[in-house]
Amino acid sequence: MTKRYPDGTVAVDRLSLEIPDRAITVLVGPSGCGKTTTLRMINRMVEPTEGTILLDGQDVRRQPVNTLRRSMGYVIQNAGLFQHRTIIDNIATVPRLLGWTKQKARARAAELMERVGLDSALAKRYPYQLSGGQQQRVGVARALAADPPVLLMDEPFSAVDPVVRKGLQDELLRIQDELGKTIVFVTHDIDEAIKLGTKVAVLRTGGRLAQFAPPAELLSAPADAFVEDFLGADRGIRRLSFFPSADLELQTAPIVPIDADAAKLASRATAPYLLVTDLDGRPLGWSEPDRLTAGAIDPEQLLDFGRPFLPGTDSLRTALDGAVLSPAGWAVAVDGEGRAVGVVSQQVIGEAIRAAHSRVAEQAEVKAGR
Amino acid sequence: MSGFFDLPSDLQHSWQGLVGLHLREALLPVLAGLLVSLPVAQLCVRFRWIYPPVLGVTTVLYAVPSLAFFVVLIDYFGQSETTVMIPLALYSLVVLIPSIVDGVRSVPPETLAAAQAMGFGPVRRYFQVQLPIAVPAIIAGLRVATVSSISLVSVGMLIGNQGALGNMLYAAQTYHRPALAVNAVLTIAALGILADAALVLVRLLLTPWMPRKGTTR
Repeated sequence: MTKRYPDGTVAVDRLSLEIPDRAITVLVGPSGCGKTTTLRMINRMVEPTEGTILLDGQDVRRQPVNTLRRSMGYVIQNAGLFQHRTIIDNIATVPRLLGWTKQKARARAAELMERVGLDSALAKRYPYQLSGGQQQRVGVARALAADPPVLLMDEPFSAVDPVVRKGLQDELLRIQDELGKTIVFVTHDIDEAIKLGTKVAVLRTGGRLAQFAPPAELLSAPADAFVEDFLGADRGIRRLSFFPSADLELQTAPIVPIDADAAKLASRATAPYLLVTDLDGRPLGWSEPDRLTAGAIDPEQLLDFGRPFLPGTDSLRTALDGAVLSPAGWAVAVDGEGRAVGVVSQQVIGEAIRAAHSRVAEQAEVKAGR
Repeated sequence: MSGFFDLPSDLQHSWQGLVGLHLREALLPVLAGLLVSLPVAQLCVRFRWIYPPVLGVTTVLYAVPSLAFFVVLIDYFGQSETTVMIPLALYSLVVLIPSIVDGVRSVPPETLAAAQAMGFGPVRRYFQVQLPIAVPAIIAGLRVATVSSISLVSVGMLIGNQGALGNMLYAAQTYHRPALAVNAVLTIAALGILADAALVLVRLLLTPWMPRKGTTR
């Protein structure tokens, strides 16, 4: 569709997107690229000049506008809460509009507060008494209240600080895992787009689509210089987020407990570095073998072991990060309880990256060959 | 010597009676002004271009002396309370319309967008979102309009004892009893302060959602 304003400005130019069901589609681009306008055309807050929007095959203009809007959750920057209503009544807004009884709407609202991680003690508070992050959670709960199949999110997390933003993003992914909504998410933050999107549409100024692809494809094969530039630096490193760490070959030989005896230490002396663990198996730090004396290992003297990774759960990016953070050049793999299950060198991670690349290339060939 | 609250019989009211009359003559016009201002202000919000001419008209009305109004209105309503109250109602517009317009405009744009996106029609949005959020600004306007109306009622004495407590000022001259004038001034001032306090209380009751001084997030 196209949106042209009376003064001749074209906000969205012949955009055509097929938004996948029950997945997060992110519209990302610099300011003035028409991403918010596009979002608002879906619930008809902005009417397209040309073109149609089909929802499950039906033109969105076929039903009354307020019925359409009540069937789509909407989350906005700064939450846009009703400052004169309590938190629970804010969340109950759309159910009340749909004619639910006050009691039923509030019961539903209380259920949603729990789902988005809000303390039930906040129910009777007013928006001004909440932090920005809490307000944004209320905004998400309010959008979900009538259980709409579609969720429209307009830069919902851009006004909160990075730590809170990360928490909200993780929470959204968790909720999406449980609920499986069709979400259209607008942001100007490419990292947010890559983290959240099942598919990402990159828009350029003037409302033209530059690329519409899954995030891994965006990072490996940007369509043009604009997309590449917009993705920014470290594209290669960031792409590692999409490679699993499950296949990394872990070594256990260089791991020694803090109470290891002299014989054990001597038997491991060929390794360049040894990882010392506490009696429960949790990593304490790295050391060169000849600096360790049996029975007198001082945890204070050990080298930092960086950030450990969970094999299988974390990506190669986390593993590589752990390896380059540690002066020893090795990454530590831990289980869910934080016990060291193995170590892996930068070289081995490097080989895994090369293997992952060639796997992707093979898949691309298979796809192209069809 | 008569007491401080004993009034000459030609005032036709006790002191309490005059207080009641005074309040009625002062508050009814403000109420009428509010009822007129709400729709006019809403028009000014919706159609921005009519706001400046509306402001111009209310300012001109405010500049017309009440005596001039009385001269015209006596032909229609005689020397009555109505003749006193109509100018007072018109005067209140100059304060009420801008305060309602400012109040409605102070609703954050994302709140309005959220209301629209959730399926609020224009009428519902006005009554359930814009008007409640405008309450603090509207009451701020009402406070000014009410206090000024309470003091202005006194001019009604010029058209034959329609000034409620103001009539005591005239009686003070006629009977050489300056105490009556002091009484009138003090009573009018007290009414103004009490009415103002009452409105502040109403505001506090209507807006539990406003940040209070001394509370933090």
